[in-house]
Order: sequence, then structure tokens, then C-alpha cells
Amino acid sequence: MIDLSTQYLGLKLRNPLVVSASPLSKEITNLRHMEDCGASAVVLHSLFEEQINIESNELDRFLWDGSDLGAESTTIFPDLGNYNIGPDAYLEHIRQAKQTVSIPVIASLNGVSRGGWVSYAREVQQAGADAIELNVYFIPADPASSSDEIEKLYIDLVTEIRHTVSIPVAVKVGPYFSAFANMAQRLEAAGANGIVIFNRFYQPDFDLDALEVKPVVTLSNSSELLLRLHWAAMLHGHIHADIAITGGVHTVEDVVKSMMAGAKVTMLASALLQNGIGYLRPLHNQLEAWLEKREYESIQQMQGSMSQKNVPNPKAFQRSNYMKVLSSYAGK
Amino acid sequence: MDRVKVTVDGNEAAAYVAHKTNEVIAIYPITPSSPMGEFSDQWSSDGKPNIWGSIPQVMEMQSEGGAVAALHGALQGGSLGTTFTSSQGLLLMIPNMYKIAGELTPCVIHVAARAIAAQGLSIFGDHQDVMAVRQTGWALLASNNVQEVMDTALIAQAATLESRVPFVHFFDGFRTSHEVGKVEQLTMDDMRALLPEEFIRQHRARSLSPDRPVLRGTAQNPDVYFQARETVNPYYTAVPAILQKAMDRFAEVVGRQYKLFEYVGAPDADRVVILMGSGCDVAEETVNLLAAKGEKIGVLKVRLYRPFSAEHFLAALPATVRSISVLDRTKEPGSTGEPLYQEVLTSLAESFAAGKIASMPRIVGGRYGLSSKEFTPAMVKAVFDDLAKPVPHNHFTVGINDDVTHSSLPFDPKFSAEDARTVRALFFGLGADGTVGANKNSIKIIGEDTDNYAQGYFVYDSKKSGSITTSHLRFGPKPIRSSYLITRASFIACHQFSFLERIDVLKHADEGAVFLLNSQFSKDEVWDNLPRPVQQQIISKKLQFYVIDGYSVAKDTGMGQRINTIMQTCFFAISGVLPREEAIEAIKKSIKKTYGKRGDAVVQKNFAAVDSTLEHLYRVEVPAAASSTVELRPPVPAQAPAFVQDVLAPMIFGDGDDLPVSKMPVDGTYPTGTAQWEKRNIALEVPEWDEKLCIQCGKCVLVCPHAVIRAKVYPSDLLASAPESFKSAEPKWKNFATYKYTLQIAPEDCTGCALCIEACPAKSKSEAKHRAINMVPQPELREREARNWDFFLSLPEVPREQLALSQVKDVQLLQPLFEFSGACSGCGETPYVKLLTQLFGDRTVIANATGCSSIYGGNLPTTPYSTNNDGRGVAWSNSLFEDNAEFGLGIRLSLDKHQGYARELLVRLAYKLPEELVKAILTAEQKGEAAIAEQRARVLLLKKELASVNLPEARALLDVADNLVDKSVWIVGGDGWAYDIGYGGLDHVMASGRNVNILVLDTEVYSNTGGQMSKSTPRGAVAKFAAAGKTRPKKDLALIAMSYPAYVARVAMGSSDTQTIKAFNEAEAFDGPSLILAYSHCIAHGYDLVHGLEQQKLAVQSGHWPLFRYNPAAAPGQANFALDSRAPSIPLEQYIYNETRYTMLRQSDPAEAKLLLAEAQQDVNDRWKRYEALAQEFAAAANPVTAVKGAQ
Repeated sequence: MIDLSTQYLGLKLRNPLVVSASPLSKEITNLRHMEDCGASAVVLHSLFEEQINIESNELDRFLWDGSDLGAESTTIFPDLGNYNIGPDAYLEHIRQAKQTVSIPVIASLNGVSRGGWVSYAREVQQAGADAIELNVYFIPADPASSSDEIEKLYIDLVTEIRHTVSIPVAVKVGPYFSAFANMAQRLEAAGANGIVIFNRFYQPDFDLDALEVKPVVTLSNSSELLLRLHWAAMLHGHIHADIAITGGVHTVEDVVKSMMAGAKVTMLASALLQNGIGYLRPLHNQLEAWLEKREYESIQQMQGSMSQKNVPNPKAFQRSNYMKVLSSYAGK
Repeated sequence: MDRVKVTVDGNEAAAYVAHKTNEVIAIYPITPSSPMGEFSDQWSSDGKPNIWGSIPQVMEMQSEGGAVAALHGALQGGSLGTTFTSSQGLLLMIPNMYKIAGELTPCVIHVAARAIAAQGLSIFGDHQDVMAVRQTGWALLASNNVQEVMDTALIAQAATLESRVPFVHFFDGFRTSHEVGKVEQLTMDDMRALLPEEFIRQHRARSLSPDRPVLRGTAQNPDVYFQARETVNPYYTAVPAILQKAMDRFAEVVGRQYKLFEYVGAPDADRVVILMGSGCDVAEETVNLLAAKGEKIGVLKVRLYRPFSAEHFLAALPATVRSISVLDRTKEPGSTGEPLYQEVLTSLAESFAAGKIASMPRIVGGRYGLSSKEFTPAMVKAVFDDLAKPVPHNHFTVGINDDVTHSSLPFDPKFSAEDARTVRALFFGLGADGTVGANKNSIKIIGEDTDNYAQGYFVYDSKKSGSITTSHLRFGPKPIRSSYLITRASFIACHQFSFLERIDVLKHADEGAVFLLNSQFSKDEVWDNLPRPVQQQIISKKLQFYVIDGYSVAKDTGMGQRINTIMQTCFFAISGVLPREEAIEAIKKSIKKTYGKRGDAVVQKNFAAVDSTLEHLYRVEVPAAASSTVELRPPVPAQAPAFVQDVLAPMIFGDGDDLPVSKMPVDGTYPTGTAQWEKRNIALEVPEWDEKLCIQCGKCVLVCPHAVIRAKVYPSDLLASAPESFKSAEPKWKNFATYKYTLQIAPEDCTGCALCIEACPAKSKSEAKHRAINMVPQPELREREARNWDFFLSLPEVPREQLALSQVKDVQLLQPLFEFSGACSGCGETPYVKLLTQLFGDRTVIANATGCSSIYGGNLPTTPYSTNNDGRGVAWSNSLFEDNAEFGLGIRLSLDKHQGYARELLVRLAYKLPEELVKAILTAEQKGEAAIAEQRARVLLLKKELASVNLPEARALLDVADNLVDKSVWIVGGDGWAYDIGYGGLDHVMASGRNVNILVLDTEVYSNTGGQMSKSTPRGAVAKFAAAGKTRPKKDLALIAMSYPAYVARVAMGSSDTQTIKAFNEAEAFDGPSLILAYSHCIAHGYDLVHGLEQQKLAVQSGHWPLFRYNPAAAPGQANFALDSRAPSIPLEQYIYNETRYTMLRQSDPAEAKLLLAEAQQDVNDRWKRYEALAQEFAAAANPVTAVKGAQ
């Protein structure tokens, strides 16, 4: 019997197939389905502080806008008892999720204000989340902000959350740091139990007919995995925090590569959005078969086996690798 | 027993008791009573029970006639039931009121008493409506203030149950219904104590039940009807005693004692004033002051008007009275006196004749307060002063200047009876800037957090965009009886700097008062920017002048344009009503309470605004002399016509109360074309034209709700006299190749909605955000573009016959005869009305149902309907809400009759007239602009010929000759009218086959009365009366209308302007009834209306609003039914969840929202299938061969 279990954020998971944050986890019935199909943990969709703020302000604005327009129309909407603005619905979702599934439930937070991050972190812990994933989605567009200042924001945030909650904390970040290895170490030092690589940033497209910017959502594919593999392999052994790979995990090979690079878990969203939650089941079976065929005993056995520290040619992960690729093309 | 003190308005006070003491509530919206129904619906939606632990069933009906009928049925079913209404609504209830009373059915209805539409509609308060039902057999019981409303609502309920006589409980519309006051709230136990079970049981025992069947509602014959009608007498005789018993019982339980007639004043008074309603408090306040000074005067407050108890009346009247003045808040033209006067006169005359009183006092009557006309202590004093004269005026008026029949009593406006300890604060704000809301909050804080009594009253002007609101707040240690506007304010706040040059803000400032100004100028700059009259008043009245830049504070704290919290904080900080720290705490508590459920972000930004306000509030050092050269702007330009100068300008300036009777048109007829004189300058930004980028498509002109962006082509030599900054471009018309084209903006009339920018398809190739029109700050180009606008207007209009009226591009060149309305900025209705006037305005009569379109169309002072250079334009009238289709049909019948009569006369006079001319007139088809112009020319010729024919028939023909040119009748209204209250008439008119055009401006909600559900409201939308989301689908009026048959179109200008224009042209051309349902985005949908056109597109793309035209007169080979939009291409949620009316349900009840969304999506799918099948069916009928081949 192959042992697929893994440890992530101090949680013992039955396999490395974790469902990444996506709209799929908004439905409780989906969570049950994920568990049934073999998911070992689920990261819930993100609680977006900005969205809550926007909803709050928009509701307020439009309830106001039509008010006191004239003697006949002092209001235009009835005053409903409760608008559920705020984290309550999300917290209730966590509670329901915990009652529904036995796999760990990881809450995902995306804040904009220091107060928002901290209070929501406290509340999701109270609601029963097994861990928190901080979905730091920050576009440093202000030319006046230096990289030092931006990095400090991350570190301060993790430090503060670490002091606020007792459950494990993972940090999901993007790859755009000048010194990512150093950044990872600092995040760990600030209290992160895990680092989730990498966030896929929303990249707006252009509508050439209307000459407008339009939001697009593109699903990932396996080619996006390479960047993640690269950094997992580089970080493995250099930090103690668990590494999770998200973005580009679609096939059993992707899972295996991720493990070999040093990840403790792989996270799937696009693959499930494309193929359905049921896709977890064959993936799980294929993983087991892959290991069995190659006579691995356990997942943990292969974790980090191809990391920079453990491969015969560690420099392949560094700049020379890039040079070699260029020159090999040049030689053709 | 300790009872809670609440700060509520009269409507809430009445609804509170009504909801607690009834089981079935049938409602229909009408100002100012609508909030009573809204509260009831909301409380039932929230699961709030009545005193018997059951949630009342609330049902919105299609009209007040429907509401009272449903009430009648509910009462017959044994329930306790009620309804709420006002004005025309009460009139619609009259037939059933006879029935309910005739059957001795206990019931109380609550009426916010309001004026009746006569020479003009008025939404404001008086007693004309309740006096119109005094003969129905219902008891009429008045409340005078908010506390009395709550108390009397319960007392009436007790009295009706025991007496079996139904009660109209009434209180003054707006003055009491909308006045916010601090009252003691009755408890459930109070209510239970007043309503004995036995009478409720007896009521139930009389109900219709097959288990103990009876027959009710017989037809009676001459032999017995009379006797049967007299059977009720003992019940009416008993009412006064029963009511007084209920009042006494109420006093035992609650502690407040009421009387049927209540006298206040000197016990030995020789002069007494008698009246009902909120005026009683004014009279009492005045009497208390003057009687204390030794005047022998008093006021008799009438609570029970019907049945009028002479016995109780006499008992209440001091025996010493020598002269009586009876004040009626109503008008009965041609009567010998108004109703209360008549009752008093009769009672005293009968009593005197019967020897019950020793002498007959002198009795006079007068009218006051119609349509919420102010009624003040000064007027009360004038009445007493007049009564002291040897021969007092009779049938007088007070409060106006009647310089025609000289009925009015003079009064001294400086006289005041107010308690000096009462603080009086006046706030000027912009509609929807939050001023009114903040002041309502302030009154609640003062009422609930201090020992003060408090009163709030709010006045709005007649515009829906850029309107001025005035908040009147009083508070003090004694109960406040001043039910009139503040004229001596100790605190005045002006929340908009621009008001200072538009109105006299400081007119009512008392000496030494505080003046708080929201100003973009700093404390050091502000003085020099004030108009001179403002400076002078600050100096002469020794005002304490404070200034804050509220908009900067709002911007910095995330409040956007909202300055409500900031100005409220200033008020508390300066007024000292509470210690500063306590005030801040109270404001924050109120913010948390008011906005808490809207989310923490809103609460926090309001907190931030409060915290940062005080450091930006400054007291300004007032110089010793005025130095400004800026004067108040005249309300209208000097070149405006005399009527506008003399009559409309004072209304615009806020001095309409001073206009004498002689200035008023006697029959409610006003000139059109007057909105052009009311330059409101309300836009912060206006569009600017980039002539190099413009493709001259005309879309901006078409969608502009206010007709402030217009296009012309004109001979280029006319540019010689143009202002230097006047722009022009080469026209993109082949037939105008030698001309110039200009797109011009009216900067002073624009409301800044930016719909035109959204419609503009031309974008710069080097800067995508730059279009052919772009919003720019208004002040910088105001003067320049105003000059350009004047020059633009002087350019000739393009001859209509040279244009293709089916093309958007050409339609932009048609002169709109509907301009600068006071509709909401970005209104979705007015572009359709404007289009109508562009296409047919010079030959159109509009019958307009009451609603938004009648308010922006005909609310004084000005009207947007205007005339062309020939003096032709829309003739417009609003009859009522419910009757508009029939009213329009009547106009059609009259026009047809007179055209027929003119043709008859023409035939008869043919021997006197040129044969060719007669023949040409009689045979003219009048299809198209050119043909109409030709017929007009012929009629002009005919009139010249007739002038020399000295025959009676020739003179008769001259009177009706203009009818030989075809006229277009348009019946215009909203969905509340077409789908609900006017549907019966609409049905009949559609079935009549007559040539009328019906335009339904479909906002899917009662917009004008504040967003109540109509049968057009879609499933899943939240509206008032559908607080839990509408659970039934929208009625498909278009599909129903096709069956008459009639021309029917569904249009949405934002989705297809071409289809809209096509539909208007086809509808007008169709010789029979036509119906256009026009999708109209609306502020009641809850989103930024700048996206209105985009939402219209989404409405069509989602299949919510499929476009089609059904033309019974389609050309041979053409299908009668044309489905003009494609199959739904986006899910419904992509459209609806841009709008608050849907998202608020998703937020508040996600499960229900999800369910209703699924059902609404199914509605869309089903409707589309039905339409598609129709399209195929009609296509097959039009062209069977093709259809068969297609099928093969």
C-alpha cells in the first residue's frame, strides 16, 4: 500500500491533492464532493475585504442616492432588516464546511486594511478554520513606493497575523520579488508556516472594438508549473516553512514534479474548473499508480528529491540554465 | 407605566397602531399617505405581529378603488382591516365607503388629508379630500399632531368596534404626516386594554360564512329602501358617547385625556375660533400667549367632525362667547360656507331656536391653509382681531392676498407666539445630499438623548434634479405646537454655497443667530466671495458666522460628495444642545444605528468624517461693512416674457407665497416654453465638443434627457456673426455639403448626467478615454458656452421635409419641443418624450397620466414643453392618474369630431371657395412631413378665403379649420398607470380601435411616489410593497395588447435607437391604437445612471426586455411581427446584479434571491420561446412559400 500522506502546515493530509481557492468552494455540496473524490484539504474562496467595503459603500450610495429627492419620494427602497454586509456569511460558510467535511478547511483572506486583515483572521479562527492562507494580492503601482517598503508591508502583515491567531498561517504570494528566496525566509521568520507559490494575477485585456479595458479570467495550464517548480526546488531545504504549489497543476506528472521539487502539497483550481470536481478521483488513482509503478513507498519519500540541494547538477536551477537554453537554441 | 419615547412622523405613528390592531391591510401608494402602507408591508415582511400575535396580511392593490374593495371583502370575511390613503385615492373609495357604512361595518382608515386636483394638482395638505366623504356615513375624526395621531388611531379603533360605524381618522398631509416629533409610544397592553374581545367577536359573528349563511347587498325597491336607510340612525346617535367613552378609557389607561370638542383659552372668552387639524396647535399656541395678556379669546378644537354632536359642541363652548370664527381648511365653490362653518352655524341656530342658548353669537367663516399654505400665529391673531371689529369679515381667507374678491384678512408676519426657549434651526441643502437625512437623525438624537421636545419638518422644491431642500428643526423644554415653518431662526445652515446667489438664505435669520456655511473658500477668503446682500444681512443682523469646507472633509474621509455627517457635527458643535463630547458620542451611536447594517466600511468613514470635522470648522471675523460687488442672480433673465417675470420668477425665487390671486390664471392654463428661462446651473461638469473627432452620428443628442445637447446644419455664411469660440465642422450629409455642422451644449441647463458621453462612439486614436464629447468643469466655460448657445439658437432650424425621420443622424437635427425638464439627472424616460416632440411635437396633444412624467412635465413654476418658431408645439394636459387613457381618447374623439365637422362645413361652403383648394384639402393624405406642410399651407389659404365669406358657416369653419391638419394624440404615462390603476381604461381605449398612441415609460416601479411595486416590477426585484422581493413575474402587457389588435412595440433606446425611432414612426402612422412600451432606466433601480444605456443593452441581451414590433398594418409580404433583438446571449444575472433593486435581496436573503433568480431566468426563457414562435408564425403567414421551403 502506497502512503500518499503528507504534512502541510502541521496538518496531516491523506494525500497532496489540495483544492485551491476558487468559486467552487462557495458551495457546501461541492466541498463534500471534493472530499469524496479524494481532496485532502480545501482552501476556501477568498474573503475579500475590498469587496466587502465596495459592497458596503455601493449599497449605502444607492440607498442614499434616491433619498430625499422630493416631497413624494423621500426614499426609493424599503429598509431591509439585514444586508449581510461583512464577513458573517463567510464565517458561517466556514462553520458549515467544518460540519460537512472531515478534511481540513483552510480559510483564505484578502485584506486591504491592517484592521481588516487582523479582525478577519481572528474571526475565521473563531469560526473553526484549521488554517489561514493569506492571499496577498497587492499591485505595487505607486512609483513612490520602494521595494523595501512593499516587502515590509508583507512582513509586518504576517507578523501581526501570527500574533493574532494560533492556527497555522500560510502566505500566498506572487513571484515578482527581486530577491524571492530572501523574501521567503523573511516571511518564515515573521511566522509563516507555509508559503504558497504563486498567485496568478488578474491581467486585464483590451477590447479592440470598444477600445476598452476588459477583465478576463484565464485558467492556468501545465506550462505555468515550471516557474513554481523552479522556486520550490530552489527553496526546499533553505526554509522550514512548507511549500505549496498552486497554478499549473493539471496532471499526475505535475503533482509528482511538484513533490520532487520540494512541495508538500499541490493545489488545484483550474483543473477542477475545466474538468469538474470529479477529476480529483482519477488524478488520485493515477498518482497512486505512478508511485506504485515506480516502486515509491510514499509521497514523503519523493518530496524534495529533485530540489536544488538534491539534484546532481544544482546549477541547472540557476542562471546558467537560462544561458544554456539560449545557446542550445542558438546552436540549432 | 413607563412608555418608550420615540421620534417618529405622523405616518409612522398611525401605521404603528394600525398594523398592531388589524389583520388585513389593503394598500395603494399615494402621497402623502404612502409611508403608512410601506411601514405596514415592511413590518409584515419582517414578521412583526399584531397585538394578537399574528402577522397582518398586507396586499397591494391596483388602485385605491381596489384597496377599499378588498378591504370591504376582508371586513365581510370577519377580519379587522384597514387601508391608508389621501386625496384622489379617498375619492376613489367613495362608492365602497357608502357600502361599508351602510352595512354598519367597524373599520378605521387612516387618511393623510390632502388637496384635490382642480385647477392644478397638489400633493400637499388640506381637508378637501376628507370633506368630500363627509356624506358617506363614516365618522370623521381629526388628529392635530403626531402624538394625537398615535393615540387617536387607537381610540378610533375602539370606538368603531363598539359603535359599528366606520371611522376616517385623518390628520394633515405633510404638516402632520411628515412632521417628525417626539411622542410616547403606546404599548401592546394599552392597545389590548382599549379593544374589548366581545366587540371583535361580534364583528366576526357577522361575517359571511357558509356555515351560517346570510345574504347581504340586496337590491331594494321604492317600497322599503327609504325605511331601510333610516335604520342606522340610532347607531349614529350613539357614536359621540361611545367615542367619548373610548377617550375616557384611553385616559384611564394611558393618561392623556381627549374630548370630542376641546376648548382652550380664557374661560370667559367672548371671541372663539373653531377649527380642526394641525391648525389647532397653532391657534392654541397663539391663544395661550394672548389670553395670558388678558385677551378674552379661546379656541375650540373639533376632533369628531361627523357625526357632529351639537350637544357636546355646546357643552364645550364658553357661554360667554359673543362672536365665533370658523376656519375651514377646504374650499367649496358656490356654497354658502364651508362645511365646518355650516355645522357650527346650524348647531347654534337650532340650539337658539330650541331655547338651549340665550343668545345667538355672531358667526363668521373663513378658509385657510389650502395645499399646505402656511398657517401661523400671525394669521390666528388676524382672525381674532377681525372678530373684534363691529362687523367682522365673513367668508374670508387668511394667509393669501386675494386682490380679486378681496376676501383676505391682512396679518402682521412679524407677530410670533413661539416660546423664546425653543431653539429654531433652518438648513438649506441639495436634494439627496444627505441634509434631510442628517436632520432627521439630529431630531432623533435630540428627542431620544435629551429631555427636550423636538420637531422636524422638511420642505422640498418641485425639481427632481438639483432641488433645494429646507429642514426646519425646533427643540426646547416645552411641547412644541408650532406646526408652521420657521421664520425666525436662531441657527441657519447653508450646505451649498451656490444657493447664496439663488435664494435669500438669511431672510429668516433672527438677530444674533448663527450662520453656518459650507464653502469651498477658506475662512479668510469666504467673506470676499459672499454676495453683497448676504454680507449686509450678516452685519445688520449681527450673525455669528461659521464656515467649513465640507466637501474637502468629505473627500478626505471617503465620504465622496456626502456632507451630511459633517454638517450635522458642526450643528451639534455650535448649537451646544449637548456637551460636545456627548454630542459626538450620540452622533456616532446614531451612525452605527443608521448605517451599521450597511457594513462597517460605511460606519468607519462616517466616524472619520465626524472626527475630522471640528478641526475644519472656523468662526469668521465679520468686517464692519459690506464690500462685495456680487449681487443675487435674478431668477429669470431680463428678456423673459412678462408672465414669466411677474408670475413664474417669484415662484422660482421662493416668493410664490407673496403672489396675489390676480396673478394666477383662473382656469389653470399656463404658457409653455418656460423652462428655458429658469437657468439652474446645477452641473459641476458639462460636455464639451471635439469637432475634429465627432462623426456626427447624433447619438448624444438622442439620449440627452434634458435636450441640452443639440445639433444643427446651417449655411456657412451665418458664421460671420458667430462668437469667436463658436465651433463648427464640415457636415457629413451629402445634401448639406455646403453647410456647416455644430453640436452645441447649453451649459446652464445641463444636469451633468454624462449619458451623452457614454453614448458617444467616437474615440481618439491616441488617447482612448477622449471622445468626441468630454466632461469638463462647468464654471470655466459657463459664460463662453452660454453665448455660443444663444447664437446657436439664433441659427435657423433645418426644414423638416429635407430630413429622413427614420435615421438617428437626421433626427438629431429636429428641434426638440421638450427641454430642460426638472427630471432626475440621467432620467431614462425623458429621451423618449423628447423624441416624440422632435418627430411629431408640432401637431401633438399629450394626455399625461399623473406620475414622474406629469411632474417634470407640468410641475410649476415652469414647463419643459416648448414651441417651434411657428409657435406650434405640444398641447399638454394632465387629468388624473387613473383616467389617462380615457382622457386621451376623449381628446381624440373631439379632434376627429371637429375634423369631420370642418370637412362637412367645407363641403357645404364649397360653392364659395376655390374648387381645387377644397378638393385638395379633402383628399390630402397627409402622410409625411412634406404632405403635412402642404396641408397646413392649404388651410392657411382657406382661412384667408373664409375671412371674406360673411356666412355663419364660414365663421364656424374658421373656428375648426386647423383640425383639417391631422393631429397626433399621445397618451403618456408610467407603468403604475398602464399596468395597474389605468389598466381598465387602457384596455377599453386599445379595444376602441381609435387612432391614439400610447407611450408607456416603463420603469418597472412607481417611481414618482417613491418606488412601490407595480405589476411591471420583475420577479426578484425589491420594491416597496415587495420588501422581500417580488415573487410573481412581470405582466406581459405587450403580448396582451397584440390581441386587440393594435400596433405594439417594445423599445429600449440604449439597445437600439434605430428600432426605437422606427417604432415611434410606425405607431404614429398606424391608423388605430398603438402602444409603445419604452424601457426606462430609473434612479429607483439603484445604480449610477451614467450606465443607463449599458443597462438597457444588457436588459435586451439577457432577454429580459426583448425588442419587437407588431404592426397589424405591415406592408404585404412583411411579417406583422418583427422580433428586433437576438436570442438571449447572457444570463439574466449578468444584467440584474448591476442594480441595487436586485442585489439588496441577494445580500439580505441569498437563498430567496437564488430561487427567484432561477424562476426569473425561466420567465425569460419562456417568454423568448413564445416570441420566437410568434415571429415564425407571422413570418410564415406573411410569406407562406418561403416558410414552407425553410421548413423543408
